[in-house]
Amino acid sequence: MATQHSRSAARIMMAPAVFLLLVWMLVPLSMTLWFSVRSYLPLRGGDQGFVGLENFTRFVTSSAFWPAILTTLIIVGGVLLISIVFGILLAMLLDQPMWGQGVVRILVIAPFFVMPTVSALVWKNMFMDPVNGLFAHLWRFFGADPIVWLSDASVFSIIMIVSWQWLPFATLILLTAIQSLDSEQLEAAEMDGANPLARFAFITLPHLSRAITIVILIQTIFLLAVFAEIFVTTGGAFGTRTLTYLIYQRVLESQNVGLGSAGGVYAIILANIVALFLMRIVGKNLDR
Amino acid sequence: MGRITLDKVQKAFGEVEVIPPLDLTIEDGEFVVFVGPSGCGKSTLLRLIAGLEDVTGGQIRIDGNDATSVPPAKRGLAMVFQSYALYPHMSVRKNIAFPLRMAKMEQAEQDRRVQAAADVLNLSDYIDRRPGQLSGGQRQRVAIGRAIVREPSAFLFDEPLSNLDAALRHGMRLEISELHKRLDTTMIYVTHDQVEAMTMADKIVVLQAGVIEQVGSPLELYKTPRNLFVAGFIGSPKMNFFDGAEAAKHDAHTIGIRPEHLTVSTTEGMWKGTVGVAEHLGSDTFMHIHPEANPSETITVRVGGEFSATHGDTVFLTPASDNIHRFDADGMRMG
Ligand SMILES: Nc1ncnc2c1ncn2[C@@H]1O[C@H](COP(=O)(O)OP(=O)(O)OP(=O)(O)O)[C@@H](O)[C@H]1O
Ligand SMILES: [Mg+2]
Repeated sequence: MATQHSRSAARIMMAPAVFLLLVWMLVPLSMTLWFSVRSYLPLRGGDQGFVGLENFTRFVTSSAFWPAILTTLIIVGGVLLISIVFGILLAMLLDQPMWGQGVVRILVIAPFFVMPTVSALVWKNMFMDPVNGLFAHLWRFFGADPIVWLSDASVFSIIMIVSWQWLPFATLILLTAIQSLDSEQLEAAEMDGANPLARFAFITLPHLSRAITIVILIQTIFLLAVFAEIFVTTGGAFGTRTLTYLIYQRVLESQNVGLGSAGGVYAIILANIVALFLMRIVGKNLDR
Repeated sequence: MGRITLDKVQKAFGEVEVIPPLDLTIEDGEFVVFVGPSGCGKSTLLRLIAGLEDVTGGQIRIDGNDATSVPPAKRGLAMVFQSYALYPHMSVRKNIAFPLRMAKMEQAEQDRRVQAAADVLNLSDYIDRRPGQLSGGQRQRVAIGRAIVREPSAFLFDEPLSNLDAALRHGMRLEISELHKRLDTTMIYVTHDQVEAMTMADKIVVLQAGVIEQVGSPLELYKTPRNLFVAGFIGSPKMNFFDGAEAAKHDAHTIGIRPEHLTVSTTEGMWKGTVGVAEHLGSDTFMHIHPEANPSETITVRVGGEFSATHGDTVFLTPASDNIHRFDADGMRMG
């Protein structure tokens, strides 16, 4: 009976945490759902009652919707590509024995600890400023005309800023995966006549596939919600309006809470589709 | 062909000299076993031959050609690792075909060779499984399969059976010996298992701290160990050593007598003693006997068949006089 007793004791002790989590999650979710079916314009008459699915149709038929989805996908895809390709390269580099390994590893991780707003501002003002930015100086040094990064290459700039923040995360996960690779496998491949490139393609990369899916999964979920970097740099202009940013504009700039909430519901659905899809892949990879 | 010559081969990791200059010749088609205590440099020596480690000095020749700085893949050797080192994400078939694929061999020829290897090693039933779905013994066979498809001039095995249970180990031992007979290719085999060394080898190389203590056939090593180390290392249970007065009787610093060369009697004999532990295996009886003259010592005796003696019994031991090994003060064999 001791087990049953301890089990119910455990339940009672877990209850507050579970309750708090549920409230934390359910209240915003149900409020979003509630507002999404109402016409709620805080500065133009307040809550004007139930409107059915009108907000949903208006949100998707707006001319800004599909470009926003596309931008979101480009940014998410771009950041994933950069952080995984460079993450693998960096992880392999950091795996080599070298002097000052500990310090270098901490330095590589550092960008992850910088707040998104701060890093975006640093990039905007110190690197990408067309007059005083480091890039502008570099371009002028080579006699070229400085690029006005945030308007001429706006999406790419955002991808760079966000990648800079997420690269350390990818590197860290991939590094631990690389370290767990059995060196005898590489030696066996070497004896089997595989050159370094073939060893990477046939041994290292397959070994990393699980870590890569995990990086994709976690990063995608966070990258879908990227906001601060856009807010402080382009403010959604020059084609950098993502779904998240569009929702923000509907709620705060157009003061249409109902429409924004409908967008929020779409974002939840999108995130869940992506998560489900990725979980499948991870599950398949974990089965091996 | 697979004649391997080590000429003053030497290996140091930083300051630590693991293998002092060492000479060894392995003849074509020979089954050579490296034995020695843990950490004596067996794996290192094997990896030097394989090319996975660079020599610090000396020369390695394969079939008369200098291979010292030839990369591993070009040496024409195949290695079976202790951990098997199978590629976990590839099927058995792909694992075995990997070296052929790397050599850009024709697909038809690849298939033919993989099939041949699978038939030899009884792998056909699980050729499409992944290594994770195989038992230890099956994985071992896949690792051997991956080695034989390349038709190497020599096989290198690093303790290939140490992860298997006793029964499987016995089976695989026979299979590897059989494979050697069939392929007639040079094999170098590292182990610290007595039985593997004695039963499989044409030639045993006993190593201690990177130094070759003796090279010879299993029976040579058993019958005429060159020094105390080899005498103590080869043979199970271990040889009994006596020094002092008993050794002086034979004009030696130390004498050694194997447990199977002592006869036990309950009535009369040369040395009197009491039985400490008696291990009854049915086929043999091992007794650990404390001699009356020096009760803190233990003499191990092996008697074929059953011998009824238990703890505390008094017995008499007599050594077979022509099987006494004599060693001088430096531990070297005399006479
Ligand atoms: N990469 C290395 N760097 C430094 N020392 C090493 C290295 N590899 C092996 N050694 C040392 O070399 C010695 C011989 O090692 P080796 O692995 O050859 O032993 P072994 O005879 O195979 O032992 P075991 O039976 O336990 O496998 C050991 O003392 C070990 O500590
Ligand atoms: Mg070893």
